[in-house]
Amino acid sequence: MDVVTQMQRQLLQYTSSLFKEGFLDDQFNQLQQLQDESNPEFVVEVVTLFFEDAERLLNELSKSLEQESIHFRRVDAHVHQLKGSSSSIGAQRVQRVCIAFRNFCEQQNVEGCLKSLQEIKQEYSLVKTKLETLFKMEKQLFAAGGSSVSR
Amino acid sequence: MNLSHCKGSTMSTPSSSGSHLRSTGDAVSDQFPAGLRVLVVDDDPTCLMILEKMLKACLYEVTKCKRAEVALSLLRENKNGFDIVISDVHMPDMDGFKLLEHIGLEMDLPVIMMSADDGKHVVMKGVTHGACDYLIKPVRIEALKNIWQHVVRKRKTGWRDPEQSGSIDEGDRQQKASDDADYSSSANEGKCSKKRRDEEEDADERDDSSTLKKPRVVWSVELHQQFMAAVNQLGIDKAVPKKILELMNVPGLTRENVASHLQKYRLYLRRLSGVSQQQNNLNNPFMNPDPTFGSTSINGIDLQALSVAGQLPAQSLAKLQAAGLGRSTAKPVMSMPLVEQRNLFSFESPRLRFGEGQMQHLNTNKPMNLLHGIPTNMEPKQLANLHQSAQSLGNLNMRVNASVAQRSPLLMQMGQSQPRGQIVGENGSHVNQLPTSLLQPSVPNRISNGVIRNGIASTSNINPAYNQVPQSSSFMNFPMNQTNEMSARSFPLGSNPGISNITTKGMLQEEVTSGIKGSSGFVPSYDIFNELQPQKSNDWDLRNAGLTYDATQHSNHVQGNIDVSVSPSVLVHPGFSSMQQTGQNRDTTSSMGKAVFSMGEGMDQGNLQSISQPQNPLHIDHSVRVKSERVPDASSQTNFFPEQYGQEDLMSALLKQEGIGLAENEFDFDGYSLDNIPV
Repeated sequence: MDVVTQMQRQLLQYTSSLFKEGFLDDQFNQLQQLQDESNPEFVVEVVTLFFEDAERLLNELSKSLEQESIHFRRVDAHVHQLKGSSSSIGAQRVQRVCIAFRNFCEQQNVEGCLKSLQEIKQEYSLVKTKLETLFKMEKQLFAAGGSSVSR
Repeated sequence: MNLSHCKGSTMSTPSSSGSHLRSTGDAVSDQFPAGLRVLVVDDDPTCLMILEKMLKACLYEVTKCKRAEVALSLLRENKNGFDIVISDVHMPDMDGFKLLEHIGLEMDLPVIMMSADDGKHVVMKGVTHGACDYLIKPVRIEALKNIWQHVVRKRKTGWRDPEQSGSIDEGDRQQKASDDADYSSSANEGKCSKKRRDEEEDADERDDSSTLKKPRVVWSVELHQQFMAAVNQLGIDKAVPKKILELMNVPGLTRENVASHLQKYRLYLRRLSGVSQQQNNLNNPFMNPDPTFGSTSINGIDLQALSVAGQLPAQSLAKLQAAGLGRSTAKPVMSMPLVEQRNLFSFESPRLRFGEGQMQHLNTNKPMNLLHGIPTNMEPKQLANLHQSAQSLGNLNMRVNASVAQRSPLLMQMGQSQPRGQIVGENGSHVNQLPTSLLQPSVPNRISNGVIRNGIASTSNINPAYNQVPQSSSFMNFPMNQTNEMSARSFPLGSNPGISNITTKGMLQEEVTSGIKGSSGFVPSYDIFNELQPQKSNDWDLRNAGLTYDATQHSNHVQGNIDVSVSPSVLVHPGFSSMQQTGQNRDTTSSMGKAVFSMGEGMDQGNLQSISQPQNPLHIDHSVRVKSERVPDASSQTNFFPEQYGQEDLMSALLKQEGIGLAENEFDFDGYSLDNIPV
């Protein structure tokens, strides 16, 4: 099998594994479907935007939780936003942790919040790595003359 | 502001495709829902980008916005530029529900809320605030494919705002909005565009709304006058909806309609007395319609008309004022306004009955009802007189009043002013004719002082002016009762400088249409203010300012009120707001007057002066004219107009001073909002 086909297969496999492991959900498919010739980098752009925003939010969260007196409302607002954006790109695991995080906020459970924050950071960096790998593979595929099979 | 855009595509609005929707009903139906103009508001950049892409995939025309305030100003500037709004619930600068309310009040567009939050209470909140749908994030493209149904539904049912007692005529609003837009744009620029737009829009909207919508109560000038007469007869304290209804004896009018209108009126009055200082002057007299109008009723109409005439009214108002109502203010731009102003004045002849007396301006406007706030006793007869003298004139008054009234709201809505301009546009053309006569620049003493301040006293003077205005007949064609088209617009203008916000809000829309139509001159004022900012508003503002201002004079609550109320939402013309702030907070009438003028001035910056000049729509010499008294503030205003948001700040600042909550203001401009919006 030629290189392109091989790469395509690998990409496909990799993508499915991400779905299987819950890193990504169907929303990611939606994004991919939106991508077209007029905007061939759409998914990469959106996900990059997500990364930037998420990092900002995580910083804010860390800061907020380091305060002596925590503003749970504010923390909750940040988490809510992170939940929204992660769900929009299909980062399922991140989204799930956000839900748990919000519950802790409601209960004003500091420990729970800190724990959730840790988890979120973990999940976030995981999905980030995975997606970056995915994009790299796609790029290579394109460079080799193939086309993404993700549509 | 949008003067330049005739069709809804003003500045940041999405491509003018929107206009195509409106301009050709046929075209719309053929392509529909493709080309649906959607405004998306979300502070999350990721979601925003995704939504945009999805909506584009649905072949919609998308405009995205990160901040609610930007969205509001976009909507205001381009009244008819959007068909539907999608907004996130949780946003840092403004609560999504608040935005929802604003939009509902001002523009009456379908709003879809969305959030990652799917809790029942949040969804319920969306429902109670009037959202037509609620989407849970992540939003899928399938969910977006059908959003056009909300647009159609709303058009069919005439957008009856559940919160309001149905007095608001949504359809009217839409129409008004378009009218406003028409006016504003054309008035300033060229009536042609506006006319074109008006025709198209009117046809489109009216057809849709009138045939499909449920009958909405349009508080035409006459109706408002009747209302006012009844209220006065009973005494403002004892005026209860039931009795008012009986006295009015209007078939088909329900107690609820009256109740809502009364509520608006009361708000308007309250505003006048509370705010009196600043905006009152301007707004009150004209705007009176706001509080009471709430429902586009004529009171509002006057204002609305004024507002509609936005451009016109301002001018006309100013003119009227200047002319002491009798004079043919030369508000060139707002031919309508002149007429309206005249109406205002003529009617008002010092009827200021409205409870506050400040509203004297209103009186003059009686026909215009704009001044609802002001118990302009302008009785219908006066209107009649006006009408007679110049059909258009009558309209003017109405309009002026409306515009005045509207102006306040317009001012508030300044953002929206554009649409109003439309009204003016329509009228504008007419107005131009009239204005010259009406708005006599000389007003400063009279009209501005007397009229504005005294609000209505000058109206008497104005009466003569009315006659003079006959020229405006062309524009006066707008039936005073023009159905809310004008009002619709005018309110949005919200920024009626002088017009108490209250009136503008509700009233403008409804009334405006009525008044505006005819008075397009006035309505434009609203728009004018908004739009004129650069220059035009002057006339109008002056007018309004003068009118309202005078009425309340110090208390110009009207104006001040208007401003105040208006400000929250920034609706106030930028200039206006500035006025308000400068003038308002403090001082009372003079500030108001100034503020009012400033608004106008801000708008026109100097246009006021133009009032005297035939048609310098932009010039709102208000400051000059109207006031000799006020002028000081005028300068302050000019700066303000340009920023709508600033206005809000100003308004809030003003309000604070006034003691009025911002919350009120935001809503105030519509007059309706006060009632409906859960501040």
